[in-house]
Amino acid sequence: MTSPLLRVRNITKQFGGLTAVNDASIDVCAGSITGLIGPNGAGKSTLFAVIAGFEEPTAGQVAFNDQDVTKMEAHRRASAGMARTFQIVQPFAGLTVIENIAVGAHLRHVARGDALRRSQLVARRVGLEPMLDRPAGSLTLAGRKRLELARALATEPRLLLLDEVLAGLNPSEVRDMLPVLRAIRDDGVTILIVEHVMQAVMSLCNTVYVLAQGRIIANGTPMEVTRNPAVIEAYLGRGAAERIARAHGTPQGAAHV
Amino acid sequence: MNRFDLGLATFVVAMLALLPLMFPSAAVINLFTFTLLIALAAQGWNVLAGFGGQFSFGHSAFFGAGAYVLALGQTRFGMTPWIALPLAIAGGALVGLIIGTLSFRARLRGSYFALVTLAFAEVMRILANSSSATGGAAGILVPLRISPANLQFEDRRLLYWLALAFVAVVLAVTLRISNTRFGAQLAAIRENEDAARALGVDVLAVKLKAIALSGAITAAAGCLYVQKFLYLDANIGFGSWISVEALLAPIIGGLGTALGPLVGAIVLLGLGEATKTGLHAVTGDTLPGVDLVLFGVILILCVGFAPRGILGVTDNARRARSGGPA
Repeated sequence: MTSPLLRVRNITKQFGGLTAVNDASIDVCAGSITGLIGPNGAGKSTLFAVIAGFEEPTAGQVAFNDQDVTKMEAHRRASAGMARTFQIVQPFAGLTVIENIAVGAHLRHVARGDALRRSQLVARRVGLEPMLDRPAGSLTLAGRKRLELARALATEPRLLLLDEVLAGLNPSEVRDMLPVLRAIRDDGVTILIVEHVMQAVMSLCNTVYVLAQGRIIANGTPMEVTRNPAVIEAYLGRGAAERIARAHGTPQGAAHV
Repeated sequence: MNRFDLGLATFVVAMLALLPLMFPSAAVINLFTFTLLIALAAQGWNVLAGFGGQFSFGHSAFFGAGAYVLALGQTRFGMTPWIALPLAIAGGALVGLIIGTLSFRARLRGSYFALVTLAFAEVMRILANSSSATGGAAGILVPLRISPANLQFEDRRLLYWLALAFVAVVLAVTLRISNTRFGAQLAAIRENEDAARALGVDVLAVKLKAIALSGAITAAAGCLYVQKFLYLDANIGFGSWISVEALLAPIIGGLGTALGPLVGAIVLLGLGEATKTGLHAVTGDTLPGVDLVLFGVILILCVGFAPRGILGVTDNARRARSGGPA
């Protein structure tokens, strides 16, 4: 087995007296879609920001492609092949859709013409092609999420860090987006996705990490993780796993009384 | 850049080039030379603030830096202005790099950046006013020695055309800027700095390039001032008047557009002059500062009713006529 593309080791992040992330470790294997889930306030966004280089960790290490990037600035991580999206979409509202994507494409293409051609290809991949000349500010939320994805893809990353690209979309919009994400993975881009929409996580991810109160409490396939009592309790409260188990009349999950 | 902008810019420059032939009066040429000088300073401001979103209140720092290098180069070091002029422009870029490094490294944005630039300009004004090296409060007189070698012309139209050449070059550069990687990255920083960083834009490097270019252009305006008036003191070079005019013209003409600073400068100074002479004709009295009152009123009207400036209004009208989206 080869070493993982992204290796997050013992990350701790404190804000004053508050420990947002506590000793979290994650491996993302090349070619996989790996999920990071957890209840609200678990520290997902903080951990994500540390990985993307937008927050410096209090302790721990982030290695990308066997290179320590813990101290590397965000824009240099992008050059190295890591691209991120934002949970709260951050379009360049005054620019058109293709101009937005071209900012990403310019990372590897200096000439304007090359960048624009590249942007058009990316727009086609994520289904934004009919809207190339619209101002980004006029897109719907679903459109803006696609734009986030397109801009990140335009940087030609090896690892795509997606922060809740499906949150806020309606079920049919989510259904439209899933094949797009799979196609990106099939093109050889590794994906780490932070997500609330469980349906998406279940159907997309090979491996899922669960973060609760700043700690990784479980990891495994989506099926393993959702059956883990610690995960059920983190989401539904203390004793929930037991109650569910009792209601279903199965001994599963009631192991620790 | 679209074909309409390019055509309009060519037309405006051509008309301005012909102007001294149509109106050879000294008063007209003086007024328009001064207008172009303000337009050039404003073009410099527009690169940083209009295209890059970094609003400076202290562009006099660059104007004064250029002016002082050119004036001192000639009077103290006996340089020909043809050598001192490029040095002065480089000096403006250098001051830009210094101010930019200090403030952008500290992650200053928005009003904090604006205040810091104002402070830098004030410090430079006070230093220039008190140091004997810069002639102190007495200022510097560049000796009148009319000769092309001294960049002083018998025919005042030549300095006008020189100013126009500067403005035209910057116009050509800014028309092209949005079709370059630098321009795209600058616009991205203006719109959203964090998103730009995430896409691999080296925010600090792009901002430094922008402030150096901006400083160089505004320094060139300071140089033209020195050659026009052959006199300089701290309140002219580093005074807030030029910082204000450099930002008023693009805001009124059209922020972040190539033609905005030129259009704004022509409208502002044209209206200011018309008001002054009109008042003089009616009342027989001069009212110092009435043009500043007018500038204030225009600025308020602009911010209230035409936030994209005069070019924004005409742009909307043009799109409405052609049936496109407004």
